Amino acid sequence: MDLSILQYQFMQNAIIAGLCGGITCSIVGVFVVIMHLSFIGICIAHAAFAGALLGVWLGFNPIAGALAFSLAAAAGIGPMADRGELNPDTSIGIIFSLMLGLAFLFMGLMPGSRTEALSLFWGSILTTTRQDLLFLLALTIILIILVVLFYKEIQAVICHRQVALAVGIPSTLIFYCLLLATGLTITASLRSIGGLLIYCLILNPAAAAYQLTYSLKRMLLIAAVFGVSACWVGLAASYLADIPSGASIVITSCIIFGLATAFSPKRKVKRWQQVQQPD
Amino acid sequence: MLTCCSKPWLSGGNNLDNVVISIRDAVVSYREDVALQGISLEVKQGEFIGIIGPNGAGKTTLLTVINGLGKLVQGQALVLGLPVNKRNSIKLRKRIGYVAQVENIDPRLPINVRETVMVGHYGHLGLLHQLTRAHRESVDKALDMVGIAHLSQRPIGHLSGGEYQRAAIARALVQQPDIFLLDEPTASIDEQAQWEILKLIQLIHSERHMTTLFVTHDLRILPSICQRLILMKEGKIWQEGSPDLMLTEKVLSQLYDAPMSISGKPEIMPAEVSSRQKHGNLAEEDIC
Repeated sequence: MDLSILQYQFMQNAIIAGLCGGITCSIVGVFVVIMHLSFIGICIAHAAFAGALLGVWLGFNPIAGALAFSLAAAAGIGPMADRGELNPDTSIGIIFSLMLGLAFLFMGLMPGSRTEALSLFWGSILTTTRQDLLFLLALTIILIILVVLFYKEIQAVICHRQVALAVGIPSTLIFYCLLLATGLTITASLRSIGGLLIYCLILNPAAAAYQLTYSLKRMLLIAAVFGVSACWVGLAASYLADIPSGASIVITSCIIFGLATAFSPKRKVKRWQQVQQPD
Repeated sequence: MLTCCSKPWLSGGNNLDNVVISIRDAVVSYREDVALQGISLEVKQGEFIGIIGPNGAGKTTLLTVINGLGKLVQGQALVLGLPVNKRNSIKLRKRIGYVAQVENIDPRLPINVRETVMVGHYGHLGLLHQLTRAHRESVDKALDMVGIAHLSQRPIGHLSGGEYQRAAIARALVQQPDIFLLDEPTASIDEQAQWEILKLIQLIHSERHMTTLFVTHDLRILPSICQRLILMKEGKIWQEGSPDLMLTEKVLSQLYDAPMSISGKPEIMPAEVSSRQKHGNLAEEDIC
């Protein structure tokens, strides 16, 4: 196998972007999967996409637009869901449809070629810039530090939010911070993975890890390994088969999920002999 | 670590002079529904109060007013000397153990019983502080006391209803609460588990000198466990008094708008005897 491709800067950037994107997306994926808020990922991803398109249309940095929109969506979803005036699914759905509408509106108003807009839609890990990489790297380091520092509160909030609230943990603040972390992660990975596909990279590795362990620490580690593997294997497949990198990354993550589900110990029924002879 | 000395009222034994909960004209409304309609209530330190009433009477809402989870639209509540408001709610919740009804838990949830009980420490610990060995030992003691030490590594979603409630009680215990709020802790679980949990609650109340408010639909156990009974109906305190006076067929039939009787009235056996034998002694310094 010819590994000379690794000498090129764009491939080195792509590998680092895969490492950072795989880790960050998987970590926030663990939060949304455990809280059964997977739809939030789709919603924030579309908000980031709409914000980036606004940037492309008006001529400012698309990542700045993506950041503003995704954080605004995350900030809007939390209180709307918490107030209980609307069902959380309904409030997320309304923000999702608004963001989708805005994305199409900005794309429609865009003059000339829409190549850049479409590249945000599909993403391209091979064109990751140094600036994107630094943003992603910084976010990865910050996210890991925050998860380590606030692990106990995060575990309490994502597993038992009402209990966390009842024992005096600032669970609403932590919940909103998790949503903001999701928004930041999506924004940072937008150019590499794409607005349409980022959601799969958030959901699939975390959902796969969810099938394999009852320990949150292990779930975070397994999800990160799966996320990075999906990025790197997808990248290799993209190079070898000459197919779009975003699509190959997402399909790889789906295959990982399928394998994890098939071999999940959580799905196995204990044989009665094991019940008779407990360890 | 809290000890007997950190709770001044404990030194005087069962001193019932201290009012720990004072609610005045409390109104709680969930949009079009008024859950509490001007309730006033005083609870003294060390009291064991039973709360009964038909569904929708406002029993759970009353508990949430006390721990600050419910929002008053009118009136005021003073708990442990602090007004219940947004500013004090987190501070208060750290001092109030709350055991809710059995809830549906995702069986794949990545948290085990021991970790769930540890959550009881997190409020007091605060952000950025890690658990010490003493905290972990107190969790093990609480698990031992409620009789589920052997399940400590089991995923929380794999417990039965009764086991889950024991874990919830253990979690509330490691909080070292001054007030213990129990919202139908024995609902939806089998009779044997119900009795065991009730014995446990009685033991904890008597040995920890806590103030306990206990919402239940099980009228049989109330005479032997409660000092005062509050009967709620349509968001109001309809009547209150000693269990002997309240638990009559006439009063209960009026409360539930249906013919009612209490069959059997089984007594809970002296908790000290059975539970000490089964789970070991419980002392104030055991759980910290």
